[in-house]
Amino acid sequence: MTSPSPSPSPSPALPDDVAALIGVTQYEKTADFPVEQGYVWTSCASVSNGNPLYWDPDVAAAVTGGPISPPSLLSAYARPHYWAPGAEGEQLSLQVHFDLKARFGLPEAIMTDNTNVFHEPVRVGDFITSRQILRSVGPEKRTKLGVGRFWVIDVEYHNQRGALVGTESYTGYGYRREANS
Amino acid sequence: MTTVAPLTLDQIKIGDELPPLSHAVTATTVILGAIAARDWRPMHHDHHFAVERQGVRDIFLNTPNQAAWFERYLTDWTGPTGRIGRVVFRMNSPVFPGDTMVYTATVTGLTTDAVGCGWVTLDVALTVDGTARTTCEARVAVPTSPDDNPWARRGERWVP
Repeated sequence: MTSPSPSPSPSPALPDDVAALIGVTQYEKTADFPVEQGYVWTSCASVSNGNPLYWDPDVAAAVTGGPISPPSLLSAYARPHYWAPGAEGEQLSLQVHFDLKARFGLPEAIMTDNTNVFHEPVRVGDFITSRQILRSVGPEKRTKLGVGRFWVIDVEYHNQRGALVGTESYTGYGYRREANS
Repeated sequence: MTTVAPLTLDQIKIGDELPPLSHAVTATTVILGAIAARDWRPMHHDHHFAVERQGVRDIFLNTPNQAAWFERYLTDWTGPTGRIGRVVFRMNSPVFPGDTMVYTATVTGLTTDAVGCGWVTLDVALTVDGTARTTCEARVAVPTSPDDNPWARRGERWVP
């Protein structure tokens, strides 16, 4: 979140294996749980959101045709459970981000920018499929957090009917702390 | 059914300022937001990880929870017929427990698109002690008349 006005762009020195991933769809995955009312209420409670769309079924029916999820909650439906039977290690969302951290040996990371575009409403009962696309990786940069790289990752979300429900774009900064940072 | 009088496009002017929203952030605020977003990364719940690994002073609000705060702030103003189309934000520095965050917004644009949807653009800021920690541009659809409903727009009639 420490932003030195990044301008992510492909680096001339970008390794071939990373450059080959630019624009490629990766990690398409359907959530193993449905959108359900409890997530909606937990999200609204976290920010004291009293919008009757999410609390009053009559308003939801009249305005949107039935219960929906707050649009801002969309990314939650791409996040795995913290643990699941048979799973080993930390379960991660936005895997492309963690792949880049590992590829460049950058142990820490933050997000600096986020763009959300909302399309068809996400409805209670939907199963959301997400897929990730690496858009750019910048050259090494020094910020007050350390030395690292900025990258941009898009995420597309569709419902089980194939309708686009939203897109996200994240700018991440992977970095390694310096002795005096 | 609950009766709601929608905010309509003709009631809004460029330069209008939304009522500020203030919230005293605690560790609970940060962790509630992380849990709600299903974001298990430790910098949003583990103080020692945030300080010793990340090099920041405490746990901090995560990205989707910032989006949820912006959404709440905007739809508090529009009411339930307001439908957010696009939110673009830049997080200049983190929001920590102990901060009092204040949300403000100014209407910067009013348009009706080619399919008749009414749009409001706003510059939104999340400030702490008068300094913008996050800045945001939002595009929100509101009814063009009392019987219009942006949520009824589907397919090619919804261009966020």
